[in-house]
Amino acid sequence: MYDIKALYEAESVPDAIRLRLEHPEAQIIAGGSDMLVQMREGKRAGKELISIYMLDDLRGVSLDEDDNIRIGSLTSFSHITRDPIIQQYCSALGEAVDQVGSPQIRNIGTIGGNTCNGVTSADSASTLHAWEAIVELTGKNGVRRLPIHDFYIKAGVVDIRAEEGEIQTAILIPKESYENCYGKYIKYGMRNAMEIASLGCSVNVRLSPDKKYIRRCRIAYGVAGPVPMRVPSAEAVVNGSPLTREMIDEFALAVLLDINPRDSWRSSKAFRQHIAVEMARRALTESIERAGGVIE
Amino acid sequence: MSQYKVVHCNINGRDVEKVVDVRASLTDMLRNDFRLTSVKKGCEVGECGACNVLIDGETFNSCIYLAIWAEGKRIRTLESLTGPNGELSDIQQAFLDETAIQCGFCTPGFIMTAVEILEAGKLYTDDELRKLLSGHLCRCTGYENILRAVKKTMYRRLGKEIDF
Amino acid sequence: MNKVGISETRVDGYDKATGRTKYYEDRIPSEALYVRIKHAERAHALVKSVDTAAAAAIPGVVKVLTCFDVPDLPFPTAGHPWSMDPGHQDVADRHLLNRHVRYWGDDIAVVIAENEVAAMQGVRALAVEYEDLPFVLDAQKAMEPGAPQIHESFPNNILKHTDYRKGDYQAAIREPGLVKVEGWYETPTVQHCHIENHGCFAYMENGRITVVSSTQIPHIVRRVVGQALGRPWAEIQIIKPYIGGGFGNKQDALYEPLCAWCCTQVGGRPVRIDCSREETFVSNRVRHAIRFHIVTWLRPDATIAARKIELWSNQGAYASHGHSIAAKAVNSFPQHYPCDNMEGDAWTVYTNRPAAGAMRGYGMPQASFADESNIDDCAAAMHMDPVEFRRLNIMPQGFHDNFSGNTNYYDSYRECMAKGAELIDYARKREEYGHDTGNLRRGIGVATFWYNTGVYPISLETSSNRMLLNLDGTVTMQCGETEIGQGADTAFAQMAAEALGLASYRDVHVVSCQDTDITPTGLGAYASRQTYVAGFSIRQTADQLKKKILNYAQELTLLSPDCMEIVDGVIVRKADGAALMTLKELAMTAQYNPVHSEHLSAESTYTIRSNAYSFGCTFAEVEVDIQMCKARVKRIVNVHDCGKLINPALAEAQVHGGMSMAIGFGLSEQLLFDEKTGRPLNNNLLDYKLSTFMDHPNLEAAFIENPEPTSPYGTKALGEPPACSGAPAIRNAILHATGVAVNQLPINPHRLFAAFTEAGLINNPRLEEV
Repeated sequence: MYDIKALYEAESVPDAIRLRLEHPEAQIIAGGSDMLVQMREGKRAGKELISIYMLDDLRGVSLDEDDNIRIGSLTSFSHITRDPIIQQYCSALGEAVDQVGSPQIRNIGTIGGNTCNGVTSADSASTLHAWEAIVELTGKNGVRRLPIHDFYIKAGVVDIRAEEGEIQTAILIPKESYENCYGKYIKYGMRNAMEIASLGCSVNVRLSPDKKYIRRCRIAYGVAGPVPMRVPSAEAVVNGSPLTREMIDEFALAVLLDINPRDSWRSSKAFRQHIAVEMARRALTESIERAGGVIE
Repeated sequence: MSQYKVVHCNINGRDVEKVVDVRASLTDMLRNDFRLTSVKKGCEVGECGACNVLIDGETFNSCIYLAIWAEGKRIRTLESLTGPNGELSDIQQAFLDETAIQCGFCTPGFIMTAVEILEAGKLYTDDELRKLLSGHLCRCTGYENILRAVKKTMYRRLGKEIDF
Repeated sequence: MNKVGISETRVDGYDKATGRTKYYEDRIPSEALYVRIKHAERAHALVKSVDTAAAAAIPGVVKVLTCFDVPDLPFPTAGHPWSMDPGHQDVADRHLLNRHVRYWGDDIAVVIAENEVAAMQGVRALAVEYEDLPFVLDAQKAMEPGAPQIHESFPNNILKHTDYRKGDYQAAIREPGLVKVEGWYETPTVQHCHIENHGCFAYMENGRITVVSSTQIPHIVRRVVGQALGRPWAEIQIIKPYIGGGFGNKQDALYEPLCAWCCTQVGGRPVRIDCSREETFVSNRVRHAIRFHIVTWLRPDATIAARKIELWSNQGAYASHGHSIAAKAVNSFPQHYPCDNMEGDAWTVYTNRPAAGAMRGYGMPQASFADESNIDDCAAAMHMDPVEFRRLNIMPQGFHDNFSGNTNYYDSYRECMAKGAELIDYARKREEYGHDTGNLRRGIGVATFWYNTGVYPISLETSSNRMLLNLDGTVTMQCGETEIGQGADTAFAQMAAEALGLASYRDVHVVSCQDTDITPTGLGAYASRQTYVAGFSIRQTADQLKKKILNYAQELTLLSPDCMEIVDGVIVRKADGAALMTLKELAMTAQYNPVHSEHLSAESTYTIRSNAYSFGCTFAEVEVDIQMCKARVKRIVNVHDCGKLINPALAEAQVHGGMSMAIGFGLSEQLLFDEKTGRPLNNNLLDYKLSTFMDHPNLEAAFIENPEPTSPYGTKALGEPPACSGAPAIRNAILHATGVAVNQLPINPHRLFAAFTEAGLINNPRLEEV
């Protein structure tokens, strides 16, 4: 039995917005794999909740009129991984969320919850950054869209305006981010399942048509700072470069210019920095190979 | 100031209706209201897998699933596998035959995940099976015989020879 | 014919496969009140006051009790047999609730409520005023002058110093030409992580208190509850249903005394205490973290001239099993690698950490890690193959230990190592691996252990058994030894069927549930003794029952009992094997005979005055990803000589579980504490890195079955041994792969990062170099 003060169940998106406006103190609960755990731990005990879990309209993956991938916020990780659109156009995201916790967690956990809780270790977050995802929020004034980078404000805080009754309704992957793009997410954990990332690294690469050069590269990390982050210094090093080992090494070292991991009991800063470089090297290598490039 | 809600769902093939406390987890509902005590509590925060049940064919840790979310769902627990005359299903028998059971506390959760795996009708590799079963912790078996039990049953259902 | 030595399926398997097995929580009456414990949020402090007003005002809260309400009756908790010798009794340093907080998580108050939520809210509403005291987490620091004093009567926090002197170490090390191999080895605090948390419920009936508990040791818990409550032990009834694993944590009185006492405070109404996982990690028991310092002096011929062992065992806040773990650890060395000149010193030291108690292996996984790491270092120093070095120095056949009376009857060590080496293709891999220069490096390592089966002669070894002949010719059997998941009941059924001459082990109904009102007194599941000790009382009781059966048969057949035998449930004439009557026929006749009615039964107690060496080894093969600082176990093989196997499949399963625990101990598990506050950091199953399904290779188990001469069934220890040698084998394989010796467990990526950085295997890029 959870120590829930009151629970309001939303029956539709407008209903959820109404409930948010009526109960400004209440927390949104989607799949609950974070919220209920924190409630059990006592951190959120005695709080009011608005459950949006039953809103099936917010589930599923589709292509919108501009061929952007639209992922309903309540789509579970396992459904994202299994989705044909994701597998065809953005397999790195499917692979990334396939590394969340355990099979059961991937069945209950939602991409909306994973992003809205604002934690840097979210397995989806670095890939969403490397694919420049767009977050769709719906509130009393309608729909608001913003880049994922702007959605994260600081650790645990995202740009959702409770006072406008907003809830997150979708995440969009722009066509420009996935077309002719290949990528790889690497999760570093202390064990191979039931694990929070010590560091997550996602690379998204587009090669030149002759597959000799990097046309565009994006790299993003989780747990390399208080919020998930892009690493522009490393990206700048390789955009337009030929596919060589030296380029990859230079790219990997350059991540240190931007990342800012901290010392904690989970991992030291020095350890995270070392691993970050190695992960960048491996993620870029794998991405290039997936794109059909040959590294010299 | 308790808050209650009527939940309609299908549990182990039977349509049921129950008034539940909105604060209840699905574990609470299954254990306390339906006495389905195969649903075990090992952590109550979704880390051990002992409370795992199938909801609409997918595995869920019922400890972090609100009872009210069961509305309209089809829920299966280990109790559903045993036949009317106490017959064991193939996967239960395999757990017995392969010595995949020790203290028995993780067993119900594991078997329900195995059911989902087997119902997929696919031939998985060992690595795939390990990943599919990785939502359950066990301290007794080292997982070794559990892997054997699931793998052998998977091969048998697919009518294939097992290669060990 | 034979009922032992066969892989029968578990007697409790059907119920467990169907989910019908009832554990303590499945038996709690719905009206039971919830007890929630307020745990201290200080590592060391005095409780000045507890303001209970807000908690008491919460609807549903029935009662709030604090450390100021409990009786001043110190009690011990260790699951040891009671000793009539006051000098050999366990340290009684516990109270039901504590005014003197000795670790972060200590119990200071309880809230009893009608429902779970009210109890939780009540605990959160308690306002505790502390007087903070300085705290110490490290055993050696706790011994330093001026360290915080944790228990008044133990100066320098030393619970016990255990030592031995053999030969003359100081003189021996002056022998010319010796090579010195010295090392510090350290093992972490880890936890049992049985999947069922400990819990219990209590109620009063006819003025007596019944506690139904998830415990390994019902009869011992009865005594401890009696001591804690100041009641005659016979007023306490403990019932042990099926339990979801124990591994030693439940070989202690945990919350049974508090639960029983809470019950008395609410007029005998049923009350329940259910530990959360977080409480299980911190407020039950943990494995002792031990730091070892070993100096080994080697002669040019690679024999050991002298050895010095020092160890500091981190006891945590309360004595629990105390020094017995450190004593077992330090005393393992002279027998493992006997040498003429040895010094051993073990200090068991109180610190402000959770109390350490029994855990699978009882000091031996720690000792084995230190010993076998040092021995591999010795082999390296002598440029010898590690298996060869061990063959040269390990306990020889015929070795006899005067204290335990144990004899190494066979050449088990060498047989186990030979078998393991063959299974894993050791010789070839040892040659081939160890030369990799790239990022992925392969290695193979070995480690060995020995283990005592029971606790004789340190403590009492007693086993009682009761057998009743049923009217259908089957036998109902009650043992004091407990089923905790390992398969004990199945082994007992097989042994009884064998001894009685029944047709099948299924004809023995083992009453799995121990009830101290009914069950013959036994000491429960601990050490690795159950199959061994129960074997004596099962054989003895079966002989008595058989005698009664044949005596009764004499009345019916007029044959001398000596001329009859029971074969597969049928009484036969020995001379020609002719079937005389079935046991069912005899039982029915005996029960309903109007002239001489008799319910045939037998009950006996056996005092076991022997012990037995169990041996084995682990071979592990690893692949190390240098840059990622990760070691992966690719293959692992355990070989055990635990005597004759009663049930090979169950034995193999036991080995798997121990190997898994050893892999976790070696690579990932540790309970961490904040140095600044003493607060536990990772007391949950997400942050505590128990191995998952994806963290193992296949686990391979093999056996050498040398029959143990002291056992009626030729059997000896297997429960704990599989957990002993895995971690050092992995450590030694990593050493082989990389040339880097990591002497602190777990060998996780953080440790490898530091070790590889120091060894120059990785260069840690600095920002300024970019």
